[in-house]
Amino acid sequence: MSKESRTAKRVGTTRRQVLKAGAAGAVGTAAISAGFPSIVRAADTVRIGYVSPRTGPLAPFAVSDEFNVATVLEAIGGKVDSGGNSLNVEIIVKDSQSNPNRAAEVASELILSDEVHLLCAGNTPETTNPVADQAEINEVPCITTLCPWQPYFFGRGGNPAEGFQWTYHYFWGLEDVIAVFLNLWAKIETNKVVGGLFPNDGDGNAWGHPELGFPKPLAGAGYTLIDPGRYQNLTDDFSAHISEFKENGVEIVTGVVLPPDFTTFWTQAAQQGFRPKAATVGKALLFPEAVEALGDAGHNLSSEIWWSPSHPFTSSITGQTCGELAAAFTAATGKQWSQPVGYGHSIFEVALDVVSRAEDINDTEAMLASIVATNVSTIAGPVSWGSGPVKNVAKMPLVGGQWRRTPDGSFAYDLTITSNETAPDVPTNAEMELIG
Amino acid sequence: MEWLDAIIQGVLLGGLYALFATGLSLIFGVMRLVNIAHGDLIVLSAFLGLAMFNGTGVHPLISLIVIVPVMAGIGYALQRGILNLTLGRDILPPLLVTFGLSIIIQNVLLEVFSADTQRLKAGALETASIAIGDQIAIGWFPLIVFLSAVGVIALLQLVLFRTRLGTAFRATSDDHETAALMGIDNRHVFGLAMALALAVVALAGTFMAIRTNFSPAIGPARLLYAFEAVIIGGLGSLWGTLAGGVILGVAQAIGAKFHPGGQILAGHVAFLIVLVLRPNGLFPRTRDR
Repeated sequence: MSKESRTAKRVGTTRRQVLKAGAAGAVGTAAISAGFPSIVRAADTVRIGYVSPRTGPLAPFAVSDEFNVATVLEAIGGKVDSGGNSLNVEIIVKDSQSNPNRAAEVASELILSDEVHLLCAGNTPETTNPVADQAEINEVPCITTLCPWQPYFFGRGGNPAEGFQWTYHYFWGLEDVIAVFLNLWAKIETNKVVGGLFPNDGDGNAWGHPELGFPKPLAGAGYTLIDPGRYQNLTDDFSAHISEFKENGVEIVTGVVLPPDFTTFWTQAAQQGFRPKAATVGKALLFPEAVEALGDAGHNLSSEIWWSPSHPFTSSITGQTCGELAAAFTAATGKQWSQPVGYGHSIFEVALDVVSRAEDINDTEAMLASIVATNVSTIAGPVSWGSGPVKNVAKMPLVGGQWRRTPDGSFAYDLTITSNETAPDVPTNAEMELIG
Repeated sequence: MEWLDAIIQGVLLGGLYALFATGLSLIFGVMRLVNIAHGDLIVLSAFLGLAMFNGTGVHPLISLIVIVPVMAGIGYALQRGILNLTLGRDILPPLLVTFGLSIIIQNVLLEVFSADTQRLKAGALETASIAIGDQIAIGWFPLIVFLSAVGVIALLQLVLFRTRLGTAFRATSDDHETAALMGIDNRHVFGLAMALALAVVALAGTFMAIRTNFSPAIGPARLLYAFEAVIIGGLGSLWGTLAGGVILGVAQAIGAKFHPGGQILAGHVAFLIVLVLRPNGLFPRTRDR
C-alpha cells in the first residue's frame, strides 16, 4: 500500500513538472533542439508523433526510422519556421511492437499525454489503420504512408463518397501493382498461365479478390490464373500448390507472400522440379536480406518497386537525391538500402511541410487545412491530396523490376528497374529477363 | 500418385516437427516442465549457426559440431541457474519464468542481429532431390531431416533405457523425492536433461534455418507444432513424439490437397481428434498422479 501511494505521488510530481515545464519552457525538448536555451514558450515547440513497428515481425520496415529521424532533425537544426515563428521540432517515436492493439494504444498516448500537433504512422495496415482510427476519433490531424491504399481505406470501413475527416494517406494501390506486374510479364515469352500464392490475410484476400483483385484484370489481359485457394501464413509445406502448378503448366508465379513462406515455396519448387519462367511476388522480395536468403535462387525474381536509389526525386529537407540518401543510409547503418528508407524519410518531409504552412499549429482545423493544401515534392515523389481515388488518398508512382546477382558489388543482390510504363519519370536501368 | 506424393512430403515434414518437439517431450517427461521458451531457443540456436557461418564460412551442418555442445552447455546452465529454482509443487512459476525467457531471448536477438530475415545457406543441398518416377521427387534435405529425427529419437531412447543416466532420468520422472533418497542429485539430473533437450534443439534450429527464413520473432510459431506433436504422441514418449510429428505433417499435407486453406487447420483438427479420443495421447508413458 505504502509503495503504491509513493508511486502515485511520484507520478503526480512528474505530471506537475511537465506542466510547469510546459508553462515555463520546453525543458523536455532541450536535448532535441540542439542545446538551445530553454527559455522559450511551450507553444514554440511543435510535437510530431510517429508510430512505427520497431520490434516484432514487422520490424524490418522500421530499421531506417532512427536514421531518418536523425537525418531530418540534423538537417533542419531542430527547428522549422511556421506562421512567422521559428518552432522547435520534437519528433516522438513510439513502437507499435507490430501489434495493431499496441499501435492504437501508443497513438492515443501520443494524442492524450504528449499532445502532439500532428500524428504520423507508417509501415503496413497493422500500423497505419489503428493509428489513423485513433486520430479520427480524437480529431487530430494524421498523415500515414507505406500501406496500399485499399487496405488503408476500405480496411477502416471508409466510404468513398464521404472519406475521412482527419486522416490522410499517400501510397499506391492494388490497381498499380496489377498494372506493373502485367507490364513486366508483357516483356517475356510465356504461355500466360499464372499460378497465384495468396495467403489468408488482409493482403492475400485483397489480391486474390475475384472482383477487386488480380483475377479480373489478368483474365482481361489474356492470362489464365491458377489459384489453389487461400493458405495460412507460415506454412511449412507447399507441395500441394507445386503439384497443382505443375499439372496446369504454370510458367509465371505471383502472389503476396511472407518471406519465410516464399523461401519454403521456392526451395520446394526447386526440389520438385518446378521451374517457372518468372516469379513476380509482392512482400517477400521487398527486403534485400530476404532475397539474399534464397542464395543463388533469388536471381531474376521480380517485384513491384516504389522507391530506389535511381528514382529521380530529391528531399525537400536535405536536398539529397535518392541515391545520396541510400548511400547515407548504408554509411550510417552498414545495411543495403531498402524501399522503406525513402518513404520513412518522406513522411517527415510531408509533416514538416504541413507544419510550416499551418497558420496556427495549435488549431487542429488550421493544421487540417494545411494537410489538404499539401503540394510538396518529396524523395518518394510529389505528394498532394485532391487527385487521388478517394479524398484522403494521394497516389505515388510505382514501377517494377528484377533482383540481379551482383558478384562484384558490396551486396549480393541489386534491384534493377525493368518496367516503367506506369511511371515514365522513373528511368529503367535493365531489361526484363527469364529466370534461369 | 499425387496423394502418395502428399503423404511422402507430409511424413518428411513430420520429421522436422518431431525434432522441434523432442526436446520439449524429454524435459516434460523428466521434470514436468513446460518450456514456453522452447521455440525461441530453437531460433537462438539458428542465430548461433548464423553467427558461426558468418564468422567462419563453414557449412551449417558441420558447424553443428560446435553448436550442439554449446546449446547443451547453455541448457545445463539455464537449468541449474534459473529453472531449478522454479520447480516445485506449483506448475505456474516455471511457466511464467520460461515465458519471460521467451521475451528476453526475442529482444536480445532483435538487438544483436536486427529484425532482418535470415537463412543459413547450405548450397546445393537445399534444392537437391531424388526423382522417383516423374510425379514424385524427394528432396535430399527433408530426407536428411527426417532420418536425423529418427536417429536422434533412437539414440535418446537408448540413453533412457540402456544407461545409468537414463535410469536416473526415469527414476526422477517417476518419483523425484524417492529418487533423491536413493542418492540421485535431482538438480544435476534435471540439468543434464535440459542439456540433452537443447542439444536436440540445436539440431532442430539449424535444420529450420536451412529450410526457410527465420527472424527473432518467429519462435512462438514453431512452439505450437512442437506442443501438438508432443501431445498427439503422448506425454513423455519419444517414439510417440515422432509419430505425433508425422501425423501432424501428413494431416497438413492431405488437408492442403483438399484446399490450401485447410492445410494448417487439418493439423489442428488431427490434434483435436486425438485429444478427444485419447486425452493422454497415443502412447503415453507418464501419467500424473
